[in-house]
Amino acid sequence: MSVRRLAEIQPASFAFTPENKAWAEKEITKYPPGRQASAIISLLWRAQLQHDFWLPKPAIEAAADMLAMPYIRALEVATFYTMFNLEPVGRHHVQVCGTTPCVLRGAEAIKQMCRNRIGPEGHVTGDGALSWVETECIGACCNAPAVQINEDYYEDLTQANFAKLLDNLVAGKPVKTGSQIGRTSSEPAEGSLTALTTLYGADGKSGPASVKP
Amino acid sequence: MAKIIIDGKELDLPPEYTLLQAAEAAGAEVPRFCFHERLSIAGNCRMCLVEVKGGPPKPTASCAMAIRDLRPGPNGEPPVVETNSPMARKARKGVLEFLLINHPLDCPICDQGGECDLQDQAMGYGADSSRFAENKRAVEDKYLGPLVKTSMNRCIHCTRCIRFATEVAGVSELGAIGRGEDMEITSYLERALTSELQGNVVDLCPVGALTSRPTAFHARPWEYVKTESVDVMDAVGCAIRIDSRGREVVRILPRLNDAINEEWISDKTRHVVDGLKTQRLDRPYIRVEGKLRPASWPQAFAAIAAKAKATQATKIGAIAGDLASVEEMFALKGLMEGLGVANLDCRQDGSKFSPEHGRASYLFNSTIAGIDEADAIMIIGSNPRIEAPVLNARIRKRWLKGDCLIGVVGEKLDLTYQYNHLGAGADGLAAFADHPPVQKTKPMFILGAGAAARPDGLAVLSLAAKAALSLGVVKDGWNGFNVLQNVASRVGGLDVGFTPGPGGLDAPAMAAGGVDLLFNLGADEIEIASGAFVVYIGSHGDRGAHRADVVLPGAAYPEKTGIYVNTEGRPQFGDRAIFPPGDAREDWAILRALSDALGAKLPYDSLVGLRAALAAAHPHLVALDAVAPADAGVFAALAKLGGALDKAPFASAVGDFFLTNPIARASRVMAECSALRAGRQTLQAAE
Repeated sequence: MSVRRLAEIQPASFAFTPENKAWAEKEITKYPPGRQASAIISLLWRAQLQHDFWLPKPAIEAAADMLAMPYIRALEVATFYTMFNLEPVGRHHVQVCGTTPCVLRGAEAIKQMCRNRIGPEGHVTGDGALSWVETECIGACCNAPAVQINEDYYEDLTQANFAKLLDNLVAGKPVKTGSQIGRTSSEPAEGSLTALTTLYGADGKSGPASVKP
Repeated sequence: MAKIIIDGKELDLPPEYTLLQAAEAAGAEVPRFCFHERLSIAGNCRMCLVEVKGGPPKPTASCAMAIRDLRPGPNGEPPVVETNSPMARKARKGVLEFLLINHPLDCPICDQGGECDLQDQAMGYGADSSRFAENKRAVEDKYLGPLVKTSMNRCIHCTRCIRFATEVAGVSELGAIGRGEDMEITSYLERALTSELQGNVVDLCPVGALTSRPTAFHARPWEYVKTESVDVMDAVGCAIRIDSRGREVVRILPRLNDAINEEWISDKTRHVVDGLKTQRLDRPYIRVEGKLRPASWPQAFAAIAAKAKATQATKIGAIAGDLASVEEMFALKGLMEGLGVANLDCRQDGSKFSPEHGRASYLFNSTIAGIDEADAIMIIGSNPRIEAPVLNARIRKRWLKGDCLIGVVGEKLDLTYQYNHLGAGADGLAAFADHPPVQKTKPMFILGAGAAARPDGLAVLSLAAKAALSLGVVKDGWNGFNVLQNVASRVGGLDVGFTPGPGGLDAPAMAAGGVDLLFNLGADEIEIASGAFVVYIGSHGDRGAHRADVVLPGAAYPEKTGIYVNTEGRPQFGDRAIFPPGDAREDWAILRALSDALGAKLPYDSLVGLRAALAAAHPHLVALDAVAPADAGVFAALAKLGGALDKAPFASAVGDFFLTNPIARASRVMAECSALRAGRQTLQAAE
């Protein structure tokens, strides 16, 4: 993580859409009187979703105004959480997991591909389609290496399938979320390696004592 | 009460005490950076680690753990705290090593050097060398306005400045953005701070990250001569320490005084010092052919004596200004009495406070510490935020504690706390004139000086007294009728009776041409009509000196000793830090010499003699630092006075906070602050 600052080029204004405004007002009522400022993360997140997945200064101020909290308090929250993008991102914002299990399984190659294909971290491609950053563990270690693109996870990446994934995303073709090699959740990738029957019996219900030699 | 053993000493302490407080009670020293008695507990510096038995089996931050959080031993033994065990010392050494990892080694060029907590504690608890071979963190310096200079590489993230701004000053302008190693203290988009108390963050900063911009690189702390004195920028009378170097005052710092300012002072108090060096009157002047020409003291006295001889006593008058000490006003009053003059006034703003209504009618009767006990406060015609910022912080402190109702009659302004607006003018107050008593034990009025300085000031005062009696603000055992004076000399002047004698004129009448010879003791806020021969005794070439026919150079407050009575009626002693410039003299000495020249010689030759005479006439004024309670029985008579009320809304007695007196108007720093507040852009040289 590096120093996070507001983007240099900012839109002139920001206003919640009527639906988002209604949603935000409902969100605020979830908190007890005098504690409405607790809704700041929800509001900032909604503002970010509305605003091409990045949070400009007017949006931070609009959220703070809605909660009658000082701007600096809202800015503290927006700069604290890396889920808030303070600079514009691409339509497909790739967050590459760079923590140990993913690195052991080839995340370095994925990052290098991003550098080659998209550019340096935080850079948005000319067509506005792609941008990438490295993140800490995204919690998909069993299916490492993994990336998060917008709201979806893509796992079991190889250089080949990741390149295809990016091509399909940019081209607007349908893509498969989750594992890219077709395994279900995080079951063993090369078929079952463990015979459950040896431990729990043929019916899977008995204890070890029921095992017959 | 709970038993606890600290460093082998068993104590019986309130269970809500933190371990840090308990250690202090036991006389053990615990180092700290983020903890501050008057701020909330953050517990993030980890410097105050101690070893505890009966708590978590690891070093514990003593500032954030209370005695009641600890459990007794298996046989009911009290919990044990070791503040200086090898484990505690090793833990602190580790913490300090981490703090120093990113702290630059720039002590030789740092203004905090010599009064730096980190420096001191690194000596006490630190390692002798660094094991850190990597790059240090680098942080951009932030702009926080003309008073606070930043050097953010030095910041150790104690967050004291953030907590001060949010809690005490009441402006949430400082914050910490980012997190972890990238955390940075800043204001929103680096806007200048707007608090009148922002200078205090410099004192709070335990390292050199926030330093005073106006005194940057002026001197080292050990070079100063430190003089304990009292502030005269407002009527609160904050305790200050004047640090001087050679013939110059370099800086002013707050001193601890729980009865008045706790440990804060306003920016005007702190940063007015450069005004002491500019626009000074350092020799007498006489107006010749419309222009002030330098003269000698005998020439100046001769010119005054000639005029005095040719003027009837009824055509002579004297006005005392806002920064005058009690001694000067007492001496000037003695001189005027010697000349048979009844035209005396210390109220250049035309305020209607007067000793004839009783001392309680112009004092902050509950005392400033009484604000902590009040459960309802009505502020009338005052903006305490700029009239007395430190007192306003006290009101905010009371408000934050909860269960305190605050009402305002007057301007609707941001006072840093919530209040009910009860009306803009006297009619808002009139609604309470025949009100049943409030269901509060200690209700309080704070009547601003501005409300009594209007033409109908006496009627407002009377109405306030009536409302105070009917609401129960004044009752047996509690006098909550408080007047917030806005100038340092006012209560002292009223106490020595520097008000018109029988048949005498008041200040506006004298200034409007009622007298032919006017002695002006530093009154710069009053427009004196042409015609009168004005003798100005003061320190700065301000409005008063421009209008004068003879200028006698006096001493500013750090250049003389004097008694100042604050708005509570508490006489305090202001000590001398430096000498007046050039031929300027202490004001009492000028008046003594002048009395000889005018043939009405004052009966004392020294300041000691003057104070003896003052003590004989007004014994309570020499009982320093004590408040002599005023008789609360005067309000009934005051309430009966009545009078016609003006419809006009109340206005504060202070227009521009930064430019209220000649010293502040001579200060470049104050001018910059004033321009910033007014939204005027100042052009700055590229630095």
